[in-house]
Formats: sequence, C-alpha cells, structure tokens
Amino acid sequence: MAKAKTNTSSEAKTKDVLARHGVTAKIALELMQEMLLYRRFEEKAEESYAIGKIGGFCHLHIGQEAGAAGVIKVLQPEDYAISAYRSHTQAIAKGISPKAVMAELYGRVGGISSGKGGSMHVFGRDARFFGGHGIVGGQVPLATGIGWKIKYSGESLVCVCFMGDATVNQGGFHECLNMAAVWELPVIYVVENNEYGMGTAFDRVSKTEISTRSVPFDIPASSVNGQDVLSTFEHFHNLTEEVRGGGGPRLVELRTYRFRGHSMSDPVSGTYRSTEEVERHKEESDPIAILRDQLFAEDVLDQDTLEEMDATAKTISAEAADFADASPMPEPEALYENVWAETNAHGRLFFDGQRT
Amino acid sequence: MATMTYRDALNEALREEMDRDPDVFLMGEEVAEYDGAYKVSKGLLDVFGDQRVVDAPISELGFAGLGVGAAMAGLRPVIEFMTFNFAYLALDQIINNASKLCYMSGGQFKVPITFRGPNGPALQLGAQHSQACETYFLHAPGCKVVTPATPADAKGLLKASIRDDDPVAFMEGELLYNFKGEVPEEDDFVIPLGVADLKRVGSDVSIITHGKMVHVALQAADKLESEGIEAEVLDLRSIRPLDVDAILETVQKTNRVVYLEDSWPYAGAGAQVVSIIQEEAFDHLDAPVLRVTQADVPMPYAKNLEALAKPSVERVVGSCKKVLYR
Repeated sequence: MAKAKTNTSSEAKTKDVLARHGVTAKIALELMQEMLLYRRFEEKAEESYAIGKIGGFCHLHIGQEAGAAGVIKVLQPEDYAISAYRSHTQAIAKGISPKAVMAELYGRVGGISSGKGGSMHVFGRDARFFGGHGIVGGQVPLATGIGWKIKYSGESLVCVCFMGDATVNQGGFHECLNMAAVWELPVIYVVENNEYGMGTAFDRVSKTEISTRSVPFDIPASSVNGQDVLSTFEHFHNLTEEVRGGGGPRLVELRTYRFRGHSMSDPVSGTYRSTEEVERHKEESDPIAILRDQLFAEDVLDQDTLEEMDATAKTISAEAADFADASPMPEPEALYENVWAETNAHGRLFFDGQRT
Repeated sequence: MATMTYRDALNEALREEMDRDPDVFLMGEEVAEYDGAYKVSKGLLDVFGDQRVVDAPISELGFAGLGVGAAMAGLRPVIEFMTFNFAYLALDQIINNASKLCYMSGGQFKVPITFRGPNGPALQLGAQHSQACETYFLHAPGCKVVTPATPADAKGLLKASIRDDDPVAFMEGELLYNFKGEVPEEDDFVIPLGVADLKRVGSDVSIITHGKMVHVALQAADKLESEGIEAEVLDLRSIRPLDVDAILETVQKTNRVVYLEDSWPYAGAGAQVVSIIQEEAFDHLDAPVLRVTQADVPMPYAKNLEALAKPSVERVVGSCKKVLYR
C-alpha cells in the first residue's frame, strides 16, 4: 500500500473532509474496516487459488473496494443488490459472512450457495444479494425485475445493480434502462468503470462516455471517483434518497481501477496495460490509502489503530479460509438437488438414467 | 361442462389465477390495450389494471429477464411471447438465469415464472415465424415444458403452470385458439403437470404426440379406422415432466409406435421419447419407432411447399402402416 502522505497543502484539502461529505467519523472508520476486510479477503482468495483450493475463474476486486463499501454500506438491509462476477466483496458488504463466501469459492458445503455456484455465483437470499452472475449483463434484466417487484409491492426500497464498463455495450442493458425509465423503477445501475473490459480498453469499443448511455432514455446519470469512498458514500446516500419511494432509475459511473488482472489467469500488467500504469494507480489511487490519509488528517485514525484494524481484517480472512478448508465437499446426492424447486407428483424430470 | 374456445379457456385460467394470487401479473407485447395479439388476454386490463396487465416494449431479452428477476424477488410473473419464435432473443435469460438460478444458488432462489405464447407453424407465416421451439426449452435442465392441445387441457395446465414453482414454457398454438371443446366447470379446475392423456384408445398402433399435432393424430386415427386399424393416441400434454409410465404402457399394449410432432427431426422431443422407448421397452417393440416431423427445412412460404413440409394425416397414416408392415 502507498505510504502516508504528509504534504501540507493536501492537508488543507483533506481537513474537514468528513464534514464536507456529511459522513461521521464512526461511519468513516467502519468503511475503513470494511475496505481492509475486502482487501485482505481477496488477497487470501488469491493465495488459496494459487495453491489449488479454488478452481476455475476467480475475479478479484482488489483496488475497487471503495465501490463495494461506499455503495452498499449506504443501503438498508431490505434493499437489494446484484452484481456480475467480480463480486466477493460486494457479497460480504451486503451481509454474507466471509466464511460462507470463502467456502463457496472452495466449493464446499459451507459455501453460501452450498458449493454449487462457485466464485461467480455467490448468492445470499437473506442478505438480499441476488448474485453472482457469469454472463456479462445477464444480471441487468434481473435487477430491473427486482425494481419491478419493489414498485409492484409498493415498497420504499432500492435495487443496486453493479456491472463493468464493457457491459454498457450489451443490448439488454439498453432494453433495461428503457424499461426502468418508462416504468420509473427504483434501480440504480452502477457501472464500475475500471477502464478495461477484460483486456479491451473502453475507449476502443465506445465513442462516447459511459454517462451518455442513459441520455436516450432520459435517466439522470452521474460520475463519481470510485476510489474515494467518502465521495462515493455521500453520492449514493443522496442518490438512494432520490430513488427511494419514486424517483425513478439512475445511472452512475464509478471511476475505478483494478490492481490485479481480469482474473487469476490474466497477468497484472504487461499485455494490454503497462506495468507503469498499474503501479501509478497503486501508488496514487488506492482507496484504502486515500481514506487513510483523509482520516489521519482529520485525527480520527492513527497508525496503531489502523494496524489493529488491518490485523482484524487479516484474522477474519484467515479464519474464513480455515473454515472453508475444513468444510466438506458436497455429497454425491447434491448433484441432483435443487435443479427443480418443485418435484411434481407425476412425471419424469431427469433423463440421464441415473435418476428418475 | 362448458363449451368454449381454447383462447377463452386460457383467458379464464389467467383470470382465475390473477384473482387467486395477487403476485401473478401478465407482461408482454400488446397484452393490455390491444387485448393480446391473439386476444388471449382480452378484458384482463379492465379487471386487473395496468400494473398487473402490462404492455412491454419490444425487448424480449429485457422483459423476459425482468420477469425472472421479479420471480426471484417473490412475484409470480406470466411473460407472454407474442410467438415463441421471438423467445430466442430471451434464451440467455431463460436458460442461463431462469433454468439455473435455483441450482447455482444452492436452492436459495426459486423462479416461479411462466413463459407462454403460441408455438409452431400456423399458415404461410414464413420461416422465421413458424418454428416449433420445444427443443430449446427442453434441453437445459431447469425448465418445464407444457403443450396443451384442447381447451380443457389449456385451462387446467395453465393454472398448474402458473402455480408451479419452476420456470414453465407453456406452448400454445395460433391454429388452436379458435378450437372449441368442453371444459369442466368446477371451481378450481387444475390438471397436474406430468400426466399424459389418452385421447383415443386403440390396440394396433400408438401415436404418441404433443401440442396441436394431437388433432392431426386423431384425424389419422379416423382414417386408419376405416381401414380396420385401431390407433391409440397418447397426448403427452407436458413433455417435461414427462409421463414415462403412460408412454411405456401404450408401447406394451400395441408394440408399435409413431411419434408425431411439428418440430424438426434432429433432437426434437420425439427423438427423446424414442430413446426412452428403445431403452426401457425394447422387448415390447415389434417394429422400429418411427417419427413424423416437419421436413428438415426452414418453413417455406408457398402454400403447396408449406403443406409438404408440415406433418400431414397422410404421412402419419403411412408411418402407422409401415410399423404394422402393411
């Protein structure tokens, strides 16, 4: 992590930063603890993947933690969140235990999806975290349907839908913005713009900025520095107030950056993005370092407390990995469980000859 | 018993289910103010209002997925595809989401959604509007498929499909909407999924079929009767869950089977039924199982070519005689 800044001119800017963003010290410290947890959890997942405990695809959110904490911590517990596949941190932010998330990555029975989903399919119904989706943009119509349910039921809730920058080129995204606008659905479409759709820089596949995508549908758009958790929190606090109870949908671009490759199969740098670029972002826009410097300047945090919080994050992450490793793999019978929510009294549902 | 059209039977089913359960809503193109492209939803807007009978923009992927999300969140949507040909635009939402969410989430989410609309060829609608789409919904585990052929079956099965907690592709037929038949007048007439219906009892050959081809099968059976051949017609009604017991029972009875469907031959529902029969009732067969399907071509427009492409009474009679070695 980048070293603490001691530049006095930036101190003048960061003084009273909490007051300016309307965030209490208590909340700011919670956000710091959350981001530390997400960072250490993802690093632990990275280690676990490297030694073969996690298989398949694993997309890490390292560098983008402010987008998880700053958005989801604004929400009420009954609000809904849904995301794509870079979503371990968002699942934890929404209330799924790190143990249950890690065990899911390990494919064990203690996983929140009973080991049936994996990294890309972390679902928590009680936490109102609706996944965990592998097809780019596949979650956007689902989010729109959740918004439909909220309005249909007369509830004063919101649904936050996370997606990546490249998603805004999927046709379904446009269909959903249109429907959300026409029907005034309480959905906040959050585009985590980390500048690359896998290896393709966004400006190579779009002539226009992300925030222009909602113009044809008359949906208000905004753009926020997604590396600054306090700005993000403030922005979403105001936005959810607008949307809750009838303000209609919103599009938000979170300007962010990922410090690891697209997935565990992708190198950090040296192919489609230079090592210099990645290092610069790590040095200048680490959301944890940014908040740290702000809180140091505000005198609500010191190095010792920060290290204690970091130790807590590491402990929770290590315990999650231990829990996951100790959790058994699913029984063979689990192969056929939950294909169908309802086994009809009559008729055959399975056709592989192993099960009638 | 009341006599009504297949269309009116569906309308009654929708009305009753929407009345019974406030979580049921209908969404699709032209379902509200137009009364439905085929008038299936006639009058529903006046009764239930525009929150429950919803005209969607032409965004099949979008509104099918919206239905799936709403179902995950606790509602019970009925999503109409103006025809199932248009449902292909929504296949990602149906297969990757609706059919798989219960499994991927370890059982946390159920998707009690019904996708309904006309399926299969009508008259001279051309290649893109004439597809029998069952196979795409049958193939991935997680979606049920129901194909009613009569007004009574349409009503009873639509009610059951809406109540079912899994995604159901409820496949109707343009050419069936005006067909009249008797429908029981009991208070809550529901036909469970997974139960086939013997539409005609016979002893010489079994015609197993689903959907509007039931009527072609019955016509073929009449023709065969005049030649002294008694055909049994088994209407599967629901092809997933599938009434395998009824299939095996008719095979054991007649020892000769023709499967009739209006989809294409490669990997159609019939191919699956043939596989089951040869695996589980091999020793009861006195002849190979034959299938009568649409010709293996996109549906042509010219009237005579279309007639050649579709399964005809003559082709069914011919195949029945073939398995009888006559």
